[in-house]
Amino acid sequence: MFIELGHFALILALMVAVIQMVVPLIGAQQGWAGWMAAGDAAAGTQFLLIGFSFAALTYAFVTSDFSVALVVANSHTAKPLIYKVAGVWGNHEGSMLLWVLILSAYGAAAALFGNNLPPRLRARVLAVQGAIGVAFLAFILFTSNPFLRLEVPPFNGKDLNPLLQDPGLAFHPPFLYLGYVGLSMAFSFAVAALIEGRVDAAWGRWVRPWTLAAWIFLTIGIALGSWWAYYELGWGGFWFWDPVENASFMPWLIAAALLHSAIVVEKREALKSWTILLAILAFGFSMIGTFIVRSGVLTSVHAFATDPTRGVFVLAILAVFTGGALMLYAARAGTMEARGVFAPVSRESALVLNNVLLAVAAFVVFVGTIWPLVAELAFARKLSVGAPFFNAAFTPFMVALAIILPLGAVIPWKRARAGRAMRPLWPFLVLAVAFGALIWAMQTGRSALGPVGAALGVWLMLGAAFDLVQRTGRGALRARLGRLLRLPRADWGKAVAHGGLGITFIGISAMLAWQQEVIRVVKVGETFALGAYEVRLSDVQRLEGPNYLTTMAFMDISRDGSPVARLTPEKRVYPVAGMPTTEAAIDNGLFRDLYLVIGDPQADGGWAVRGYVKPMANWIWGGAIIMCLGGFLSLSDRRYRIAAGARPATQAPASRVPAE
Amino acid sequence: MRRAFAIAALGVMLAGPVFAVLPDEILPDPALEARARELSKGLRCLVCRNESIDESNADLARDLRILVRERIVAGDTDAEVVAWLVDRYGEYVLLNPPATGSTLILWIAGPMMLVFGLGGAAVYLRRRRGARDAGDMALSDAEQARVDEILRS
Repeated sequence: MFIELGHFALILALMVAVIQMVVPLIGAQQGWAGWMAAGDAAAGTQFLLIGFSFAALTYAFVTSDFSVALVVANSHTAKPLIYKVAGVWGNHEGSMLLWVLILSAYGAAAALFGNNLPPRLRARVLAVQGAIGVAFLAFILFTSNPFLRLEVPPFNGKDLNPLLQDPGLAFHPPFLYLGYVGLSMAFSFAVAALIEGRVDAAWGRWVRPWTLAAWIFLTIGIALGSWWAYYELGWGGFWFWDPVENASFMPWLIAAALLHSAIVVEKREALKSWTILLAILAFGFSMIGTFIVRSGVLTSVHAFATDPTRGVFVLAILAVFTGGALMLYAARAGTMEARGVFAPVSRESALVLNNVLLAVAAFVVFVGTIWPLVAELAFARKLSVGAPFFNAAFTPFMVALAIILPLGAVIPWKRARAGRAMRPLWPFLVLAVAFGALIWAMQTGRSALGPVGAALGVWLMLGAAFDLVQRTGRGALRARLGRLLRLPRADWGKAVAHGGLGITFIGISAMLAWQQEVIRVVKVGETFALGAYEVRLSDVQRLEGPNYLTTMAFMDISRDGSPVARLTPEKRVYPVAGMPTTEAAIDNGLFRDLYLVIGDPQADGGWAVRGYVKPMANWIWGGAIIMCLGGFLSLSDRRYRIAAGARPATQAPASRVPAE
Repeated sequence: MRRAFAIAALGVMLAGPVFAVLPDEILPDPALEARARELSKGLRCLVCRNESIDESNADLARDLRILVRERIVAGDTDAEVVAWLVDRYGEYVLLNPPATGSTLILWIAGPMMLVFGLGGAAVYLRRRRGARDAGDMALSDAEQARVDEILRS
């Protein structure tokens, strides 16, 4: 009964979304306040209805209601509770329901916190948000209904894919969706502004927090997925340039570009039409991502829903929204006249360069992702585009970005002299290069990747520190320290996020350049060398978990005779799903991870064992966390809390406003 | 991440090894082995999705890894090994598509776009500098005429 109510609520939500799409739009056009206000009520109602629907599906999973087809396919009574809940979105239908739940949550948030938005703009934003809701609710109800019942319920379920039964992956989709769907807000604001024909500094200020929030969530989602791949897949890879990873990475790059161009709109009232275009593209890439995952057109292993009708439906949604928005853009972009004037050497120009690099990098990823499809359709060539291509074609853009970032972050607005802005940075650049050279000298004969990456990372971190220090001005140390603490949160956020990027750079390059690997057969009681460490296979036992059987190895690591850690890598078999998984054991350290995997027993009585020393591994995700922290700091800046809605009567002098 | 579902798909078929390079495949000569590993990273496991044979657990990937090693031991150069594999499996086996023919478009797409982007940015920046500093704070001709009219009356 509860399930049917959830189903019914979802149908009702579709109808409410139709109202949300139509009524406020007409109201805004005609200037009818009542019709415009209907958007708020509709957004709230839609969220409550979808929330109820989602709760019903969660209830079905938690109580293991095997009369629901989806629960049978993705759950089992023996599964731990957390994975019963995570199972709700561990499949196509449920994940789409989560998608629209988040979409409606953003809509409701815009209605709730949008009091200081002009009513006309708010009505249009909510109408566009409603239109997206209509499309995806229809998609769920017509092609992927999660509430379908079985006539004869089976005794038990088929269990969730064991690889998904993991804390890292359980929360990977919700964060990723919060990011993907969060970009719909930027999209709605962009379309509303195009309809209105007006983009000003206040618009930039409204769009930025939504984009920032979406970017933070995307960062967390991507980092979680990468971290999961690292510890779960048994050899410590963290990024594969798989189509579905690229699908999340493209919106991330575009969102990062959008964040920076919205600053120029907010501070300087320039780059308006470009910012609008980025906002459309960012959400467009989110939908392309959805299309890639849902259609399976690029034959990715993520495509757990290879179903042509679904693919075509998503493609139609993509075409209507992105195409429609781009047509509107073509018609209206000319009216977005820029006001701010700036010289070719200025913060504005640096941000333009940032945008060019990020956008072209996203374009490279896009072309590489769809190229196998294009080559097959247009040139009848069946080929692969894999990691080696992306490493070669994508990395230079990130290197260029890292080189210009510290200078671009401190160069003055409007008009600047590059030499003068660079002068205080020279010592840091020299230090960073010297550091890279030192590493180069120490490692002799290995790839240049490590030293270059480390030098760039150090350059980014020192640049971020300098950015903060130079904002404290001159004077006594005490006074400057006080000023440092009183700096706007946005300034801190900017420096912290840029520093985090540097940390990630160091982590990635160190891991790629200096990883050590051992693959061999080891008998119980034997010791083998792993880099500077000795590893002893002390014991192997067969044990039983809640819903799996495991072969657990006990391995003792020591260095120069003193014990470092005892690790227990496992090989599990989930009998219900009939599937083995490896559980690598990792000893985390600040400067290195020790990574051990146990394989199969060998004919001679030994065990296949793999061991890695992964230098600086945690810096990759640590940097991502720090980037998110920077985002949160920036998001909590008082100008978003206090004056978020003020459409200033007179433009504040740009130099007085906190930069980011 | 993508390995997850590859394993999901393959797991049922081969509930045995969850391991890519196995100890018994490794060549005794570390220099040759290093070459084999490097080559394997650029070769696609044909039954997998976007995985190199170095990472894959599939039986076919193992066969290919052993094949690569056999060719190397037989004295082939890296290029000869790759050419030998492309002859048999087509260029689909290469994860790094060679920049020839239509694939050239793929390789130059990024640099071309960068040139366009920088060119567009340069034009934009020029125009920004050229714009009047007062921007639209200044009155348009029509507005000026209207002001004059008001002042006159």
